[in-house]
Order: sequence, then C-alpha cells, then structure tokens
Amino acid sequence: MAVEFWRWKEYNWHDPSIDPRAAAVLSAGVDVGSVSSQAVVMSDGRLYAYSNMRTGSDSPESARKAMEWALEGTGLTLADIQYVVGTGYGRVNVAFAQRAITEIACHARGANFMYGPAVRTVLDMGGQDCKAIRCDEKGKVQAFLMNDKCAAGTGRGMEVMADLLSVPIEEVGELSLSVAEEPPPVSSTCVVFAKSEASGLLRDGWPKNRVLAAYCSAMAHRVCSLLERVGVEREFAITGGIAKNAGVVVRLERELGVSALKTEMDSQIAGAVGAALFARGLYLKSKE
Amino acid sequence: MITAGVDVGAKTIKVVVLDGETTRARAVALGGLDTRSALAQAFGEALQAAGLGRSDLSGVVATGAGRKLVEGADDLVSEVSAAARGATFLFPTARTAIDVGAEEGRAVRCTEGGKVDDSAVNEKCAAGAGTFAEAMARALQVDVEELGRMSLRSTMAVPMNAQCTVFAESEVISLLHAKTPKEDISRAVHDAIASRITSMVRKVGFQKDVVLIGGMAKNPGFVDAMKRSLESEVLVPDGPEFIGALGAALLAADRVEERA
Repeated sequence: MAVEFWRWKEYNWHDPSIDPRAAAVLSAGVDVGSVSSQAVVMSDGRLYAYSNMRTGSDSPESARKAMEWALEGTGLTLADIQYVVGTGYGRVNVAFAQRAITEIACHARGANFMYGPAVRTVLDMGGQDCKAIRCDEKGKVQAFLMNDKCAAGTGRGMEVMADLLSVPIEEVGELSLSVAEEPPPVSSTCVVFAKSEASGLLRDGWPKNRVLAAYCSAMAHRVCSLLERVGVEREFAITGGIAKNAGVVVRLERELGVSALKTEMDSQIAGAVGAALFARGLYLKSKE
Repeated sequence: MITAGVDVGAKTIKVVVLDGETTRARAVALGGLDTRSALAQAFGEALQAAGLGRSDLSGVVATGAGRKLVEGADDLVSEVSAAARGATFLFPTARTAIDVGAEEGRAVRCTEGGKVDDSAVNEKCAAGAGTFAEAMARALQVDVEELGRMSLRSTMAVPMNAQCTVFAESEVISLLHAKTPKEDISRAVHDAIASRITSMVRKVGFQKDVVLIGGMAKNPGFVDAMKRSLESEVLVPDGPEFIGALGAALLAADRVEERA
C-alpha cells in the first residue's frame, strides 16, 4: 500500500500516579469529530486518561473504540464511569453518554482547564472546521464564529498538502519553519486550487519547505480573518490538531501580534476535557 | 474578413478561426505545463485546418485567464465579454450566458447587442466549476463523461451537504459506503454545482433565454441539473467550450470594422 503521509499516529495515555479507585467521581467526555475522536477520563476533575484516534465511517463504533482505548490498561471499565458527556460533530452517536453538549461549549470549558482561567479567546482548528470562540473566566462561551463550509484553514486542508509533498503530517510545521526567508503566501484560498498552485511551485523548482511555508502562511492568514471578526482578547489559546503545527502557530502569532498560551497537555483533547468536566458537574448536580 | 479568437483557459486552450459569420476551423490543446507551446500548437492546428497562414488574419483577440500569454494579439478581452458576444451571436434571444469552465463559473446578463450588462464570477472556490465534477468522478472511480451520463439514470434525489470540494470527496465516499447508487450520487454532484451557479445567475438577475457554454456544458448531467435548478429551458450550442474563443474572434472582427 502506498504511504499515506497525512496518517497521524493514534495513541492513548493514563497517569499512573492517580488511583482512580480512590476517586469520588469518575467522569468522561467523548469528542467524536469529523476526522478524529478523543475520549477523556477525569478522576475528581483531574485529567486521568485519554485516547486520540481517527474517526471511522461508523461514528457510534468510533465513540465506543475511543472510550475503550482510553480505559485500556487502567483496570477500569465503562461501568466504573459515573457520567459521560458526548460532544463534537458525532456527539449524538455516543450511545453510552448521558448527555450531548456542543463542541463550542466543550472547547471553551476545556481550554479554560488546560490553559488556565485567563483564556478569553480560543481558536479551535479541527479536522474539518475552524472555530473562533470568546469566553469568560469560567470558560463560558460569549461569542463564536465558525467556518465549516470550506477546507481552507482546517486539518483536512493540511493533510491534502502533506500528501502532495510526501511529508508526514507531524513534520510539516517544523519543515515549513526551516526556510531562510519567508516566501509570499499561496494566493488561492481554495484547497483544490492551492494544491495546483503548490504543484506549480514545485515544478518551478521550489523546495518542499518553501512550498509548505507558503501554504502555512496562507492558512494562518485565512484563520486570522475569522479571529479578527470575533475579536481577539487576551489571553489567547489554540486547540485542535493544527495547534501542534508550529508552522501555522508561529505565523498566526506573528500576524496577530499575540502569542498563544502553551500547555503541557495535548491540544487535541480540549473538547473531550470540557465534556468530561461538564459530566462531572452534571453528576454532582444529579446527586444533590 | 478572417479573424481568430484565442481562449486561454485554466485547463485548455481553444482557438476559433472565423470567416465572416462562418467558423472555418477550431482547435483545442491542453494547457499543461508549457502553456506557450500548447498555445502555438493549437493556433498552428487551427490555421492549418482552415488552410490559412498567420498573415491571412485581419485580427486576433485573446481571452481567458492566460490571455496575456498570447503574443501578437490585437486586443485582450475579459471572459465575460467574450461569452456575451459569442452566446448572443449564436442565439440572438439570449439574455443570460452561463459559462462554466475548469476553474471558474460565470453568469453574464447580456444586452440585445451582445454586450455585458452585469456579471458575477466565482474564481475563489472549486465548488461550482469543472474541477469539482472531476474530483467527484475520481471519488466515484468513473470518468467525467460517464459521470454526466450516469446522473441522467438517477431515480432518487440524495442531498449533498458539503459545499467544499475536499469535504464533498469524503461525502461521496461515505455515500458509496452507504450503498447509495452511483447514479444518484452523480446527480447530487451536478445538482450541487448547479445550485452554486444558479445563485450567481440570481445575483445578476435571471432573464431568458439562457445559454450554457464552457466545457461543463458538454456534460448532459449538468445541463439537466441547470434546467431543474433554474426551472427553465437551457440552450446549449454545438462545441460549447469554443464559445469564448468564438466571441473573441467576433470581437476581433468588430474591432477591424470599427477602425475601417
């Protein structure tokens, strides 16, 4: 089979220093996105375990798999989790969830947890959409704007480019930053046209890093216009898969003149983290 | 008087050699990597087919995205001007010309004299252009000609939610996984393009008669989708992809006459 350069690695993780059996509340959030799905388990509101995998053609199945994989090696089963919230594009397909909450609310809440309560603007750069969210110190949404019509500015667009250039998707960002001088951005917004434009640049003898630099900077510019419409208030955080692409993040920070907050946690789990926090709150409320 | 029109499109180059009101020859070449040599090839072929030399031409007008590459052209005109002139020449009752090429879609409201009254162009997004149909044909693993024929055999309208070509590719694959017949998917593809084009037509103000030109007009599935979407008959000339070049050749003749 041909190498698929867009194919990022799936993974799971848990914190061995936490004893989930000692927890009063075990809650979970499952974010079924259009491209990737994450499940997060929280032990008394602390991040305990998670998984990140590709969403298959069957969303209910993807949700179940993500949850099972997050629990793998923890000794826990789904029955041990007291409350599950589903979110994301496929949130209604999380059959074992007690509640579904929109990904906008979950991303704001998750970013508040992961980047701290100073976060006021969250940019979620997902697989097939891009959202600019403004929120308060509690992680509550105040305004948002979303592009879900067009692949420009989404992870899917980046995958198309990674495949064209035969560069593994995880390496795109660093490679794009290895240029001596910043080239002008790719002029087409449309991913399909940008792809032909990039082919043309390669034919003209541009090295891959330069083509990627031109593409990352076009993507950053595209996302900036969405952010500017919602209004960028500090502090600013980026969630989703593209947050791991330094080529886009650095250029975005440069254009906005604002640096994005950093986190030790995985930027792709923000939605599921928010869902797990909502789950904890809903469980506690149900016991009152 | 003999003139030539050259239409340098995003994908193909079209040349028409016109003798008064009669087309003497036409030629097409893929733009490919070397547009200049493709241009020379198409131009040479058309002249040869007409049995003429370059010096027999009283005028040459170029149009299309790459029109600046045409050396020795007497004038460069926009695609919408060429479309209006060509479409109304063939169909004097035409008031709307719809030109759908590989990478652009255009809606042109024409005057009785074949001039442009108003126009709308989509050049930013591949949805609503031939590239979209080609990408969907690839996803369905059929050639683009078959895609057009197939959609006429559709028995059920299925919705397509994605607007973006990239997302629509995934949607087509999901529809295939869900065992949706290819014929019905094909119709959904053409309906999606037609709906994008129709919104441009409404923007310029829809007036009958409607002429459909450009490479996409060769696709019977798309023509059918346009008829449904506009709820109107649609006129399609022979060789619809040459109408831009024909319009340019006519404008070349107009130009010579004006100077006389």
